[in-house]
Amino acid sequence: MSKSAKAVCTLIAAISILAGPATAGKLGLGQSATPVEIAAWDIDIRPDGQGLPKGNGTAAQGEEIFQTRCAMCHGEFGEGKDKWPVLAGGAGTLKEDRPDKTIGSYWPYASTIMDYVRHAMPFGNAQSLTNDDLYAVTAYLLQLNDIIKDPNFALNEKTFLSVKLPNEGGFYEDDRDTSEKQFWRKDACMKDCKKSVEVTGHASVVDVTPDGKSGPKVD
Amino acid sequence: MRETFSTDDLQPAAGGGLLHRRVLLKAGLILASAGAAQPALAAAGKKPAVESDLAHPSWTREPGQPFTNYGLPSKHEAAVMRSVGANHDVPGNGVSWTPLESLEGILTPAGLHFERHHNGVPAIDPAQHRLVIHGLVKQPLMFTVESLLRYPMTSHLIFVECGGNSNAGWHQEPIQRPVGSFHGLVSCSEWTGVPLSILLDEAGLDPKALWAVAEGADAMLMNVSIPVEKLMKDCIVALYQNGERIRPENGYPLRLIAPGWEGVLNVKWLRRIQLTDQPVMARNETAKYTELLPSGRSRMFTFVVDAKSLLTSPSCGQSLSGPSVYELKGLAWSGRGRIAMVEVSADGGASWTRAQLQDPVLPRCFTRFRAAWKWDGQPAVLKSRATDETGYVQPERAALVAERGRHGYFHYNAIVSWGVDAEGKVSHVYA
Repeated sequence: MSKSAKAVCTLIAAISILAGPATAGKLGLGQSATPVEIAAWDIDIRPDGQGLPKGNGTAAQGEEIFQTRCAMCHGEFGEGKDKWPVLAGGAGTLKEDRPDKTIGSYWPYASTIMDYVRHAMPFGNAQSLTNDDLYAVTAYLLQLNDIIKDPNFALNEKTFLSVKLPNEGGFYEDDRDTSEKQFWRKDACMKDCKKSVEVTGHASVVDVTPDGKSGPKVD
Repeated sequence: MRETFSTDDLQPAAGGGLLHRRVLLKAGLILASAGAAQPALAAAGKKPAVESDLAHPSWTREPGQPFTNYGLPSKHEAAVMRSVGANHDVPGNGVSWTPLESLEGILTPAGLHFERHHNGVPAIDPAQHRLVIHGLVKQPLMFTVESLLRYPMTSHLIFVECGGNSNAGWHQEPIQRPVGSFHGLVSCSEWTGVPLSILLDEAGLDPKALWAVAEGADAMLMNVSIPVEKLMKDCIVALYQNGERIRPENGYPLRLIAPGWEGVLNVKWLRRIQLTDQPVMARNETAKYTELLPSGRSRMFTFVVDAKSLLTSPSCGQSLSGPSVYELKGLAWSGRGRIAMVEVSADGGASWTRAQLQDPVLPRCFTRFRAAWKWDGQPAVLKSRATDETGYVQPERAALVAERGRHGYFHYNAIVSWGVDAEGKVSHVYA
């Protein structure tokens, strides 16, 4: 074996030592995470109740929290200020020309409210509500949407699953492959596709640079 | 030796003066291109001073600038920027659009990649950032960024498109904005990172794990559910974008890349993946990113991005300077795979001819297309129509609206129409 070939062999040996676990098929550089550690990270709440924290709250309690911590954006009754989201109302509008997609009219699950509030609200001070506050605010939002009638109904991990939202059955999984089958086609027209071309909807305002005021609604 | 362009090549291949795509391959064809209606410098009232001796301008005689540690675009290109559409109350909640009309090729510079933030760009210290994989796995794992950088990586040129891109297309009036400020919630980058399947294999998937909930580390802990099948097939935990570490606004230090699927699933600032037997039904897969249809019911989990194309030049707000042979150019993409064909029309869709696809044509990546158009000075309506390798043909707007109504908000992918008037001004029309 020549000197340089030996050098190459040594180099390969060195690399395989450095790579170590790769030879076993796994790098295994993740550390095991303990249940206690994970509990601090996992705040998801599912429709079947998995993830619901221990706690209790009523709409009456929630109203107080909502008025001090939420109403400045969402309005006193969840009607939404400026471009902030509307949280209540809109029942029966989903087939109308101006559908109003709120918790009561559109959202499928009450767990979504709690999961979202727990992750993201109050906006600017996320993850600051206690579990009791979470139940109370959720109860108030449900009351604003006429889903909970009794302001003293105790919402907690035991009663939560009794709450159903009206539009739960209003969703289905992506079916474009079948419902929009007409968009898969081999006969796309190449000439004489239209007898006349009607150009519609020339808008007059040329708004070249969007400014803050013409920005999207806050989602 | 390339064939030479001749006047025979000016025979139209479709109505309105569209030429056969072969002319683009010939020598001697000089193409005009649409210009910005208000060039940024002219708008500022400055006419560049003409050097007295163009053969020997000052920069050919005087020493230039020194080296820079990180280069920036020329000051003459300062007008090429993302346009921001944030709510004035909440600067960190909104979007910024990629200026598609100002870019060429297929890659989006990292600094011009579109943004959609729900609550600003988190200032993440990578040393304090962790990726936790837990739930229905044999061994829950926690990764540091440093450890992820040691895994074998893969790289894909992939477009990312926000599910809400182009949503102004549902409006009854065609919005008059530059193409990038209307359709620019889509960008294309080289994303490099660790195949998620490697990390999930190390954690050991429980057979009941059909879904995963991915969560970001922004100030709303944005979470969304994704089928495990997709994660195992081609998703990556990306650490690099266009060769450098991902920019903060695009997910630094790591983000999920779900090739061909709507933007929200490409979770930025990725910090947690929980394996589950069902979706979490988070806000961003129920209240948002679902499509309300005329039936009053809504489609959910509409992950894959339908084929789409648009002309970036000419495009809304630009103008043509008189009859000539113009280059039409644009972008096409599909979440289902490669673009198979793009056709263009200059007569509002009455007739079509194929555009030239520029190499490379890659799956789930921008494809650049070009065509030649002899404009006679008469009003015209320009369109492009993409077909992907599954045979999906980008629909006309009327067909899309007939199918979905106007309240789905997400996944607008209809054919885009640009009207050219007799003065050469280009505007957005429905036709």
